[in-house]
Amino acid sequence: MSSTAIVINVLAGGCLVFALSKDRAKTKQSLKIAARSFFRILPTVLIIIILIGLLLTFVPPSEISRFVGEQSGFVGVLLVGLLGAVLHIPALLSFPLAASILKSGASVAATAAFITTLTMIGTVTLPLEIKELGKKMALLRNGLSFVIAIAIALIIGVIL
Amino acid sequence: MKEDMKQKQRKAMIRDYALLGIALIITVAILLVFPDRLDTVTTVSWEYFTEMMLILPAVMVIMGFFAVWVSGETVMKYLGKTSGIKGILLSVFIGALPMGPLYIAFPIAAALIKKGARIANIIVFLSAWACIKLPQELVELQFLGLEFMALRLVLTIIFVTIMGLFIERVIERGDKKETKFVGGKSGASV
Repeated sequence: MSSTAIVINVLAGGCLVFALSKDRAKTKQSLKIAARSFFRILPTVLIIIILIGLLLTFVPPSEISRFVGEQSGFVGVLLVGLLGAVLHIPALLSFPLAASILKSGASVAATAAFITTLTMIGTVTLPLEIKELGKKMALLRNGLSFVIAIAIALIIGVIL
Repeated sequence: MKEDMKQKQRKAMIRDYALLGIALIITVAILLVFPDRLDTVTTVSWEYFTEMMLILPAVMVIMGFFAVWVSGETVMKYLGKTSGIKGILLSVFIGALPMGPLYIAFPIAAALIKKGARIANIIVFLSAWACIKLPQELVELQFLGLEFMALRLVLTIIFVTIMGLFIERVIERGDKKETKFVGGKSGASV
């Protein structure tokens, strides 16, 4: 077990101990929510894991790195960023997916662009955002998010 | 309204399990054509599966804990009136608490604006809710390492703050223009 996994599990344990010492009924309720969300996200987790297995097996690293590797430069980052903006994958699952494309030859910048646009921009939730906050604010937030996501990705690419 | 949501979630879950079935069938079909790749696919998938299962239940417990213990009212109480650097940092921090999907945050944000909260804080709060969630950072740490996760986190906070201040300016300038225009009109009619 990696140290990260241990930290996460200890943190969860800490939450549980705190919860139990405060309020049993509420603890039960929060565990119910946890179990429900676990089984709700499970099929998508498995789909992504199968996809990663197929991707790393059948798509040679040279192909991946040709499109989104170091030498694909700015255009590669932009393409992956666009892909991340339109895809609708639970944010939690963008990380194993990103790790797999990084492993098979994508550049650090492209990987960062994928995660950042995927989590920051919500094309599916955009109508709701417009309804609640108005067209101007929602469009500004999502549009500018794309710009800063690319900027963040490029800086990470330079530093790491 | 709540029942409606539940129904929708159940439908989405059934759809996801159906998609999983389809994915499995396609994978089996592909592996029947390339039986020699079976080992690689199962090894890679198994590796990611164990890595995910070591953390996913714990992440869900943390999310469930915050969903019950931190309510929308708590958020309103803390974000309604703070300003300056403190307001921005508080927006990041509260937005990062795992309280559910982004669409829950929109009505909270709308209510905060009506109460007179700063636009910059609201933008930072929404962006933090979308992409600086505590469980997300933990999963990122697991799969991409401390350096990547920490750097991306710091850069995101900086850029989201800049974006928040910029959008605040744009929106407030727009509002001023509108009020001027309306004022001019009413002045003419007097």
